[in-house]
Amino acid sequence: MDIQFVLYKILLSVAILLLSLVIAMYSTLAERKVAGFFQDRLGPNRAGIFGLLQPVADGLKLFMKEEFMPAKADKVLYILGPSLTMLVALLTSAVIPWGGTLQIGGNEFVLQVADVNIGVLYVFAVVSIGVYGIMIGGWASNNKYALMGAVRAASQMISYELAMSMSIVAIVMTSGSLSLNEIVTQQAGMNWNVFTQPIGFVVFLICAFAETNRAPFDLPECETELIGGYHTEYSSMKLGFYLFSEYINMFISSAMIASLYFGGYDFPFMNDLGLSHNMVTILGTVALFAKISFFGFLFMWIRWTLPRFRYDQLMRFGWKGLMPWAIANVILTGFFHLLFKK
Amino acid sequence: MFSTYLFFFLSTVALISAVMVLLSKKPIHGVLYLTLTFFTLAGHYILLNAQFLAVVHIIVYAGAIMVLFLFTVMLLNLNIEGEFQKSTLMKFVAAIAGGMLFLVLIGTLKSFDVATVGNPELTQIGLVKNLGKTLYSEYLMPFELSSILFLSAMVGAVMLGKTTKK
Repeated sequence: MDIQFVLYKILLSVAILLLSLVIAMYSTLAERKVAGFFQDRLGPNRAGIFGLLQPVADGLKLFMKEEFMPAKADKVLYILGPSLTMLVALLTSAVIPWGGTLQIGGNEFVLQVADVNIGVLYVFAVVSIGVYGIMIGGWASNNKYALMGAVRAASQMISYELAMSMSIVAIVMTSGSLSLNEIVTQQAGMNWNVFTQPIGFVVFLICAFAETNRAPFDLPECETELIGGYHTEYSSMKLGFYLFSEYINMFISSAMIASLYFGGYDFPFMNDLGLSHNMVTILGTVALFAKISFFGFLFMWIRWTLPRFRYDQLMRFGWKGLMPWAIANVILTGFFHLLFKK
Repeated sequence: MFSTYLFFFLSTVALISAVMVLLSKKPIHGVLYLTLTFFTLAGHYILLNAQFLAVVHIIVYAGAIMVLFLFTVMLLNLNIEGEFQKSTLMKFVAAIAGGMLFLVLIGTLKSFDVATVGNPELTQIGLVKNLGKTLYSEYLMPFELSSILFLSAMVGAVMLGKTTKK
């Protein structure tokens, strides 16, 4: 463990952290622009050219707002809630491979913070503790609507976590590895998992929507029934943290979908263009971000197209709709794997 | 050197949060302290190079069981103090039961041969590949049997939930 290695990892972590925050910031603008497009209007266009300064203005507004705390709230937990949500949202990015390797001065630099051999399980763990921030915040507000929102969020996340894990199990079976880097490497040369795992992909995509609490699964903050859901009592930057972590989750989920099913940083004719190793790596990272942007757009597209589920429909869909498909996918995958691949 | 400091840090946090589980007035705080204890234990597993165990520990305990605990405690609304007054008999029984468990633990620890863990970097058994191979070859039978046990527990839970309908 030399000093250069440690320095590089620290630099990479900081870079990814800043990148996630900036992307989340501009996702808010993109979301409003996309919403405008779908509703045949312009969207925000006052701050800066094309409204490019809108996220800055929004952030400034959130910082300037009054810091409010309900009188009977549990003070420590009230602050812990949004902080935990933000922390957990940023944790997953550690195991996602953001690109191949860069060769600088005879040294190889991997564009991934931690290539642990349990990468997929790490993602499961982070996803499963994502509930805490919302539950703690909702409970600590000491408000019925917030508690209802928190309970809904928790039960929804627990329900969809199972189907999500099952759909990844099928991928682990075919790739024979729990390391995300290994899974991405095996998809090189357009051998993307989406072609061999179409059912798993659809299940995973739907679960990703539910896990990020996005429409049509945004029951926890359903404003017609629950006012603001778990963040009813939050204001200022604490509310900002909750809203912001939703966009970070969206970004990370898109990155996960791209890595697991769409080959990560792989792009067509990767090694036939006669480019240098570093150039291929950089283009690969660009390709990964193009895929992430597409899925980010898909998230917004669906939010402004589909209406919200009813709560019992949501639960029934999760347990009786997605779970059987996910289990059938695992069994089918095992069957085909034994039959055709040795 | 660094891992020694980490060990003492994790142990201190684990002990303090474990004691706080007992001392905290609000049930929710107790549940959250218990979750913190589980996280520090997962940290210990990582120090022993058992990454798989650490992650599964977090998924199962922190991610599933404690969330359900939190869920139940929130809905029960145990906040009102004095609602659950225990009778003298209850306290007496609890003290005896707890004391007997304590005795058993001490008895086990006394006869226990304190084995020193070898260099964690060299023991590779905690890695998922080796663990899986051992589990599916040497211990296949107990592994499959325990899965049946879990399945029957799940079916039992569903049956218990259903009886209210009639």
